[in-house]
Amino acid sequence: MSALLEVAGLHVRFGEVAAVRGASLTVARGETHCLVGESGCGKSVTALAVMGLLARGARREAERLAFAGEDLRGLSDRAMSRLRGDRMAMIFQEPMTSLNPSYTVGSQMTEVLRRHRPGTTRARALDRAVELLGRVGITAPAMRLGQYPHQLSGGLRQRVMIAMALMCEPELLIADEPTTALDVTVQAQILRLLAGLQRDLGLAILLITHDLGIVARVAHRVSVMYAGEVVESAPTAALFAAPRHPYTRGLLACVPVPGKVRRDQPLGSIPGVVPRIPPGFAGCAFRDRCAHARPECAAAVPRRAAGPEHEFRCTLAPDWATRAEAALA
Amino acid sequence: MARFLLRRLLVALLVAATVMTVSFLLTRLSGDLAISIAGPNATQQDVELVRRAYGLDRPLWLQYLDWVARALQGDLGESYFFKDRVANLIAERLPITMSLGLVGLCIALAVALPLGILAAVRENTWVDRAVMLVALIGQAMPSFWLGLILMIVLGLRLGWLPISGTGSWQHYVMPGIVLAFSAIPSLMRLTRAGMIDALASDYIRTARAKGLSRLSILVKHALRNAAIPVVSIAAVQLGFMLGGSIVIETVFALHGVGFLAWESISKNDFPVVQAVVLVLALIYVGLTLLADLLNAALDPRLRAA
Ligand SMILES: Nc1ncnc2c1ncn2[C@@H]1O[C@H](COP(=O)(O)OP(=O)(O)OP(=O)(O)O)[C@@H](O)[C@H]1O
Ligand code: SF4
Ligand SMILES: [Mg+2]
Repeated sequence: MSALLEVAGLHVRFGEVAAVRGASLTVARGETHCLVGESGCGKSVTALAVMGLLARGARREAERLAFAGEDLRGLSDRAMSRLRGDRMAMIFQEPMTSLNPSYTVGSQMTEVLRRHRPGTTRARALDRAVELLGRVGITAPAMRLGQYPHQLSGGLRQRVMIAMALMCEPELLIADEPTTALDVTVQAQILRLLAGLQRDLGLAILLITHDLGIVARVAHRVSVMYAGEVVESAPTAALFAAPRHPYTRGLLACVPVPGKVRRDQPLGSIPGVVPRIPPGFAGCAFRDRCAHARPECAAAVPRRAAGPEHEFRCTLAPDWATRAEAALA
Repeated sequence: MARFLLRRLLVALLVAATVMTVSFLLTRLSGDLAISIAGPNATQQDVELVRRAYGLDRPLWLQYLDWVARALQGDLGESYFFKDRVANLIAERLPITMSLGLVGLCIALAVALPLGILAAVRENTWVDRAVMLVALIGQAMPSFWLGLILMIVLGLRLGWLPISGTGSWQHYVMPGIVLAFSAIPSLMRLTRAGMIDALASDYIRTARAKGLSRLSILVKHALRNAAIPVVSIAAVQLGFMLGGSIVIETVFALHGVGFLAWESISKNDFPVVQAVVLVLALIYVGLTLLADLLNAALDPRLRAA
């Protein structure tokens, strides 16, 4: 069976900025796929492009963009809106501003269910909202229904957004740093909730995060993005055990022993910043920060296989790291 | 919320007091009232008589307090020309002016809201530019000129509407259109700007992510927020329109408060002029207060404060 979400060769441009350049990833049913990378490398834009929610002025192109086998590229806005909120849902990175200030929590939560399940009574929709608010760890959920966003803290708003995304029991959940404003206990509760939904309903999750602790605990698969490209993608254990791309190794540099990741462990930092890439850029975008850069890195970079379902984009041979370590020893 | 309202109410009272003072002073500063009341053929003696009869010989502050005390009891004095109580004259004409203002406001909103929304949805396209051009032209057009054009086209050429008088609802249509024209550009611009802001906001992205219908996104989620400033400006615009009715009612011979003001000015009937200025200004102050109330009612963040 094909994956629930298939993205291949995704490009997004904002005028003269190529924000996503040929990114590819797939998410299978019942799988959690984590997308990591430094700030500004195109994670959110990739997620928004999948949902068809890019800002005005963005141009999206893809070789393949399919949900449950259905091509999303040619879908009308109306057809897309039937999928969104119902079968595919998204939690945004901006919890403070993502709720409408003029409507109550209850009204905003129920409208998505009543939109996609016509005939649902208001009372039933409110019951469902109360249930989900409780499950994301909000105390006195019934009381929250009548509150306006400005009466809630950032953490509460984020949990309302999470609960709202789950109202219609989506098949795919795209979560853009969903637990950043939350304390560790609540974060753990939400990760458990999502894991439970995954087990019971086969929920597929595309999770964007900076937190390696979360990646190590929940991801089945990890993709590492850099400057609009997926530079390495592998099953979680393989990635932590043997990262191949110099950029991935930089991000994981702070993990002393593979598999031993602290909670709240942030991505490692690499000297320099993510460059702005104009359209038509060729070669490896990481080369001005890479310790292994060579002249051939300015030409087209090959995609290499490093093991089952483990790929990376680099001019170095798959076993370069082990050979380098052997040479040192 | 209560504090906010109290503060607004105090400001409104302060403005009202200022308006009363100014409207009192205006008539006193424009020359010797006794001379103008007595008329061009009066002798010095007649003038002195008038001065005493109308209490114009007393100190200014005493005249002012006297006038304020009476005005507060609804006694705005007697008209010299109409030989009637000013309060009666105004009570008779105010409904006509209010109806005109409301007709004007409804027309203005019926044009400005859809066009503003359309311009925002089609931002930076030719549709947007065309709408904004219309707004610019509307703003540049003097209202008496527009009034005359309408009279010639709709009234004389096509004969669809009466060109002057007060008899029926048809009499309100043309002046209503002219009044609306003065309010349309600013209301439309405000709607457009508010909608552009709202449509680019994160909560609209959320609404789209929820798969809501286009209508719900545009009206329920975007317009609801964009409308908050529009509603309060509309209330203020209604105040401007009532002020503008002095010109429009004269052009269309609609016998409202504005027409009354025009008649009284030409007749030097200062108690009426004073009262009209006062009433229109107080209505304006009241509308500004109403705008604040509406704002608070529409914006949950203000309601809680
Ligand atoms: N609406 C937009 N208009 C123009 N450029 C944009 C827009 N949205 C994103 N970009 C650009 O696209 C690039 C990728 O941004 P994106 O938000 O995807 O980063 P990110 O990986 O999600 O970073 P973070 O970890 O900080 O959330 C950035 O260079 C950003 O400037
Ligand atoms: S392609 Fe070259 S520059 Fe890029 S990561 Fe590999 S070695 Fe470094
Ligand atoms: Mg982001």
